[in-house]
Amino acid sequence: MPISPEALIFYPAAAMLICAALAVIMVRNPVHAALSLVVCFFASAVLWMLLEAEFLGIALVLVYVGAVMVLFLFVVMMLDINVAVLREGFVRRAPFAALAAIIMTGLLVWAVWFERLGLPEFAKPALRPEGYSNTTEIGKVMYTEYVYPFEIASVILLVGIVAAIALTLRRRGGTKHQDPAQQVKVRREDRIRLVKVEAEKNH
Amino acid sequence: MEMTFSTPDMWPVLPEIFLLGMACIILIADLFFDESRRIWTHWLTLGALAGTAWLLGGQMGDPAVTTFGGMYVADTMARVLKLVAVAATAVVLIYSQDYLKSREIYQGEYYVLMLTALLGIMVMISGSNFVSLYLGLELQSLSIYALVALRRNDGVASEAGMKYFVLGAFASGLLLYGMSLLYGMSGTLDIAELARWTASADLNAGLVMALGFVVAGLAFKLGAVPFHMWIPDVYDGAPTAVTVFIGSAPKLASFALFMRLLVDGMQDLHDAWQPLLAGLALLSMGIGAIVAIAQSSLKRMLAYSTISHVGFLLLGILAGTEQGYQAAMYYAITYVIMATAGFGMILLLARAGFEADRIDDFAGLNRRSPWFALMMLFVMFGMAGVPPFVGFYAKFAVIWAALDAGYLWLAVAAVIFSVVSAYYYLRVVKVMYFDEPAGELLRLQAAADARTVMSVNAGLILLLGVFPGTLMSLCVAAIG
Repeated sequence: MPISPEALIFYPAAAMLICAALAVIMVRNPVHAALSLVVCFFASAVLWMLLEAEFLGIALVLVYVGAVMVLFLFVVMMLDINVAVLREGFVRRAPFAALAAIIMTGLLVWAVWFERLGLPEFAKPALRPEGYSNTTEIGKVMYTEYVYPFEIASVILLVGIVAAIALTLRRRGGTKHQDPAQQVKVRREDRIRLVKVEAEKNH
Repeated sequence: MEMTFSTPDMWPVLPEIFLLGMACIILIADLFFDESRRIWTHWLTLGALAGTAWLLGGQMGDPAVTTFGGMYVADTMARVLKLVAVAATAVVLIYSQDYLKSREIYQGEYYVLMLTALLGIMVMISGSNFVSLYLGLELQSLSIYALVALRRNDGVASEAGMKYFVLGAFASGLLLYGMSLLYGMSGTLDIAELARWTASADLNAGLVMALGFVVAGLAFKLGAVPFHMWIPDVYDGAPTAVTVFIGSAPKLASFALFMRLLVDGMQDLHDAWQPLLAGLALLSMGIGAIVAIAQSSLKRMLAYSTISHVGFLLLGILAGTEQGYQAAMYYAITYVIMATAGFGMILLLARAGFEADRIDDFAGLNRRSPWFALMMLFVMFGMAGVPPFVGFYAKFAVIWAALDAGYLWLAVAAVIFSVVSAYYYLRVVKVMYFDEPAGELLRLQAAADARTVMSVNAGLILLLGVFPGTLMSLCVAAIG
């Protein structure tokens, strides 16, 4: 069977995605975990490219890798998480976790054996014609067909802002800060007090 | 591709647009109110709810319409559920005002987040597309996560918020995975088109898996066993003013989510999802009834009672008949009435430094405030399903629907668990009327408006029980 160029890209990228995803939850160092997540995003961006969803692929790299993960790394570095404490009892609980995982996987495989998935019913999607632009297509429907979910998504972002501020803004008493208006309005009399000192009488 | 796009019909969406606009206005206006004038935020919020209810009421008789290219549907079921959700939110706000003041969470954000959560509920109720349903769910959930953790100096509340957030994200993942599998197979996100596709689809393993994930995600949001672990901790840990909200209006949205996804979208796969729901219903009724007996905290007890009620609600849905869906809708609405009154009573009894959330705190309530002891008795009898209170008729209708669908064993189990759960509801009544209070006699000191609303709210439990026909005919008109 000849290997198509897509398969040549797909399988390494998919393998990289799975390995990196495992690394996110397995490595000891939280910074390494965050970096593995970056690799995950890259690998999924490659998969999206293969699906001809180039806009989403690029947005994933720009937004998640470029902005979200950098912020995330900052947070991880600042928090100074003691991983050793979090991982306490891992070895003791590992057999139970493994047992649960094996049962779950077994049930899934039993329920969904490959032939019963009904895969042949779903034809491979045809390649788009040349000159097809995913970005244009998204742009066409984003503010027309999908304007309703788009607006709701914007409300969700607003709620995110309100919630983040409500949960973290703390007005502490006794902080020292400058009020420029007060500084400008200040008069000479407020700052300088002329004291008439009685001349000392020498006896 | 030729552009064929016409401006969507905004008229059916007017209640949501008005609510969102008012939420934004209140968010800004509240910045100019200090603590002494926060009452203005309170009245503005109630005004926003009244306006939304008025707009919804004006559309009540209209025929069912879809707009935004099928993303949004306004049918009678949606309008009735939304009206109840708006009313429940208003009642919660009236109950919680004094509580908020004494708990340092008397903030504008509380009101704004309540409104956005309600907006999410309304979007879910009217969603007829995977995307709008999911976004409505996230809008509601995100607002509630923040509300739970709003009292930031309280470790228990923060823990509850964190738990709810992590488990809620997990459930959203399950639901999304199921939806994406369905999308992959059917090639559509639209519920109506999904229904057309499932009519001719054969039930292969992939479809079963997708259905399993969707049902698991839905069950989690509704709080059905075995996806109920978050309910007691979140109900108990959240400030009572938030608990009363979580326990009421979102249940309507979860019911609507079941109706839109399973009934509107996959009615033809009914044979596949019916046994899943039967298992969930049996476990929920059982665990909810048995574990609640061991609780000494009233909030935790009511949390387990919620789980039990969810089981009864599922009985109606799994029946798969119009009569069953009507019974389930009736159950959801009456449960919301009972839950607002039940949690509301804790709010009314609480004061600075005293949560009133243990069952013992209600000891001797009859001697202190006989009228409100009577109201609490209405709530407890209603939840237990004692005739002539409304809970009896609601339970009767869903059990009847399950019997009709041929689930005799489930109906028998429902009756047995209903009797078991009567024990802990009646225990509260016993404590109120026959137990001696341990400490000093504290009278119920709530504001006049909260007392009046509570009397109406608890009175409805009796009134709707004596005259079940009015609300039932509304449910029949909504689904039929």
